[in-house]
Amino acid sequence: MALAQTKVTATQARLDAMSLPKIGWSSGARADAQTRVAAMGLPVRRDEYWKYTRPDELTSPNVKSAKASVQDNASIFGSLGCLSIVFEDGVFNAEKSDKLEGTDISLELLSEVNDLDIHWALSLYGALETKGQTPVDRPLAALNTAYAREGLLMHVKGTVAKPISLVYLQNSDNDDVMLHHVIKLDKGASATILESGPAGARCNIVMETEIEDGASLNHVRAQGRNHERRAATHLFARLNQESQFKSFTLTMNGALTRNEAFVEICGDDSVAHIAGASVGNGEFHHDDTVFIKHDALRGESRQVFKKVLRNGATGVFQGKILVKPGAQKTDGYQISQSLLLDDDSQFLAKPELEIYADDVVCSHGSTSGAIDEEAIFYLNTRGIPKLEATNLLTLAFLAEALSEVEDEDIAEVMERRLEDWLTRRL
Amino acid sequence: MSAIKDIDVKEGVDQETVDAVREVGGEYKYGWNTEIEMEYAPKGVNTDIVRLISDKNEEPEWMTEWRLAAFSRWENMQEPNWAMVSYPKIDFQDQYYYARPVSMIEKPKSIHDVDPKLLATYDKLGIPLKEQMILAGVEGAEDAPTTPRKVAVDAVFDSVSVGTTFKDELKKVGVIFCSISEAIREYPELVKKYLGSVVPVSDNYYATLNSAVFSDGSFVYIPPGVRCPMELSTYFRINAENTGQFERTLIIADKGSYVSYLEGCTAPKRDVAQLHAAVVEIVLEEDAEVKYSTVQNWFPGDEDGNGGIYNFVTKRADCRGDRSKVMWTQVETGSAVTWKYPSCILRGDDTQGEFYSIAIANNHQQADTGTKMVHLGKNTKSRIVSKGISAGVAQNTYRGLVSMHPKAKSSRNYTQCDSLLIGDKCGAHTVPYIEVKNNSSRVEHEATTSKVDDEQLFYCRQRGMDEEEAVALVVNGFCKDVLQALPMEFAMEAQQLVAISLEGSVG
Repeated sequence: MALAQTKVTATQARLDAMSLPKIGWSSGARADAQTRVAAMGLPVRRDEYWKYTRPDELTSPNVKSAKASVQDNASIFGSLGCLSIVFEDGVFNAEKSDKLEGTDISLELLSEVNDLDIHWALSLYGALETKGQTPVDRPLAALNTAYAREGLLMHVKGTVAKPISLVYLQNSDNDDVMLHHVIKLDKGASATILESGPAGARCNIVMETEIEDGASLNHVRAQGRNHERRAATHLFARLNQESQFKSFTLTMNGALTRNEAFVEICGDDSVAHIAGASVGNGEFHHDDTVFIKHDALRGESRQVFKKVLRNGATGVFQGKILVKPGAQKTDGYQISQSLLLDDDSQFLAKPELEIYADDVVCSHGSTSGAIDEEAIFYLNTRGIPKLEATNLLTLAFLAEALSEVEDEDIAEVMERRLEDWLTRRL
Repeated sequence: MSAIKDIDVKEGVDQETVDAVREVGGEYKYGWNTEIEMEYAPKGVNTDIVRLISDKNEEPEWMTEWRLAAFSRWENMQEPNWAMVSYPKIDFQDQYYYARPVSMIEKPKSIHDVDPKLLATYDKLGIPLKEQMILAGVEGAEDAPTTPRKVAVDAVFDSVSVGTTFKDELKKVGVIFCSISEAIREYPELVKKYLGSVVPVSDNYYATLNSAVFSDGSFVYIPPGVRCPMELSTYFRINAENTGQFERTLIIADKGSYVSYLEGCTAPKRDVAQLHAAVVEIVLEEDAEVKYSTVQNWFPGDEDGNGGIYNFVTKRADCRGDRSKVMWTQVETGSAVTWKYPSCILRGDDTQGEFYSIAIANNHQQADTGTKMVHLGKNTKSRIVSKGISAGVAQNTYRGLVSMHPKAKSSRNYTQCDSLLIGDKCGAHTVPYIEVKNNSSRVEHEATTSKVDDEQLFYCRQRGMDEEEAVALVVNGFCKDVLQALPMEFAMEAQQLVAISLEGSVG
């Protein structure tokens, strides 16, 4: 169907305001991506895929300002002994970062290698994003492929124990940040990648991940605490045989967050878990949009999303499990739950299944409701005051999502951050 | 015979279920044609056709205007494409919008004057248009000890209602049951007040088209405090070729009234697909209760996907009065393409909406069906139970909305949808929308593999059943939640489906 004229005009205006890097190995992918954006048009509210989230503030040429604060920049993973790579307002900061080196791993910056004629990332840059454009358009990701000038290119060749931590600092109130990461894990390799920080007043972050046979990637993300920031992220992952991908995201506040994940299970016997816990207060709109495609035998996928909302906050979940013909013995699970701490908040969900194979197990569930008054009463009678009881029950509610984080140290950091949020607010 | 005969069915799927689905999706039993002289309006749709339909029904001017307004809206609308169904583009100008048996031009004064060929048609379908006590085919009803059940029938043949039974007996208690064309002439005030008040003219593409060209359908009014003394039913038969059926049903249940309404439908086998776009509106005042049951058995097309009915239907109940209650039960086995979402607007406080559905899609059938539960009043409750079964190369989608508005405090919804795939060439899909805007309401959506419940098994074993018996008993419970909701008149259909279980379902 032809695009509406208003959409064409708005998209063109945005593209005209940006300049396309024209040289180097990625220039072809960038030009293609720009064409894709023009053909799809940037999202508008009427698009079914944006039914529950207004995309205007993510697509507009003007960035709404978000006050930067030192406190928000404090890295949540600082105590874990990671290899830190710091991006400040979307620009790599060598001084604050560790040395980009390690055994069995190569770490490069997009900004530094972009002008080269050839690079290993060529086969992946924009490639997974392109595949992720079916069945629905993700124009913000294509926009990122075309115009992002910074990001990490990470090639893991063996077992890397030290987590790689991407730290996104924000110093300016009006920065519009675009980062594009490409991650490749060779056969049997394993690594952990962490992301944290607000990144900018507005950020658009894409991560493309290829996981070869028998490889395993852990991804844990703590999105910045800045109340005013707006973020659109896309995670594209392709899993080959017997590989594993586990991703967990903790979101606390932020005016607008749209986290999209597109996971393709192409190799047999692979496992993908995508989970998230989010807590929001007041002007908070959080959207998890997840698509998991099973295109191999005996794949296992889990989607676990929990949201705690209060004071008019909005939580959105759009999740889908697609089981392609022939993807027999698939085991798919999807749960989305919200806890509404008061009457002003809302939860909007679209948990979908699309199944074309008969010998599979897929289940999904979605619930929404208030905190259990009887449980509060029970705790009260045991001498636990109401506020504390509410906190306890809220943490218990989030526990299923948090348990998706396998590394105990990281899980503990997350839990402490959540406790802190609850104590400060209740 | 059915395409599911020769395929491997995965382990765990109950053989009885496969047989039952094969039976349902097998030879279409109602595919014969009645040779009868018909009168057609010219092909296509335009303002002249709209006027002509209005004219044929001897409608007052306001009704004609209402239709014309709908038609001019429709001309500027786009056909929806969001459902998970695909079919060749429909040429809306290449079909007839009005067809009636020539013998119906002069309206028969009573059922006795109706063309015997028409009566024979309904007889053959098991719907005799005589004011007899029971409907044929209800086993055991003959020797029922209590008073035999009566069912009043409005029979719609292509574009016209050929007759309504028990009208006089119903009138005695104040119940109005007649064709909608008659109601427009005889009870214009009631029609004017309620028509289009539940499904607005502009609601959706097919509803707007229906508003412009609907030819007949049924009208029901149950006065305050009256419990309708018998079941009411409408039987829709499409007979003519290349003809669309556009019927309109309006049911008004006044304060404290009760009615159970049944709907059945069949069509002959034709190679070319035919359109059926109906609108059903139900208005419930305070404390009213309506049960609406459908066994949809339109011609599903042949094994290769030729022909069949495109069933694009808008059904909605508006629980306006406090404490009113509506229950939709549907068994969907027919139609080549189904696009149907019987919905409940729970406007009054303490109102209740229920939706029970079994959708069986076989061969090339495509079904996109479900419900909308819109909670607006306080303490409103809704329950959705949907069972979808796909076989052959069919696609079956559950699509539903549960919406809790900010003012719908302390409301509840429970949704369960299960799907079963028989064979590896078909598809089963679930597309639920959940919108919760207050925190005192609880919404639960589940779509899980139905497993035999250990506790239930234990209970049965305790009472001396052997394991096999116990499993059979519990497993057979699957479709029961839906079948139980069907009135006795659908006992035949229910018996056929009773063997279905969702053991081995995919979620």
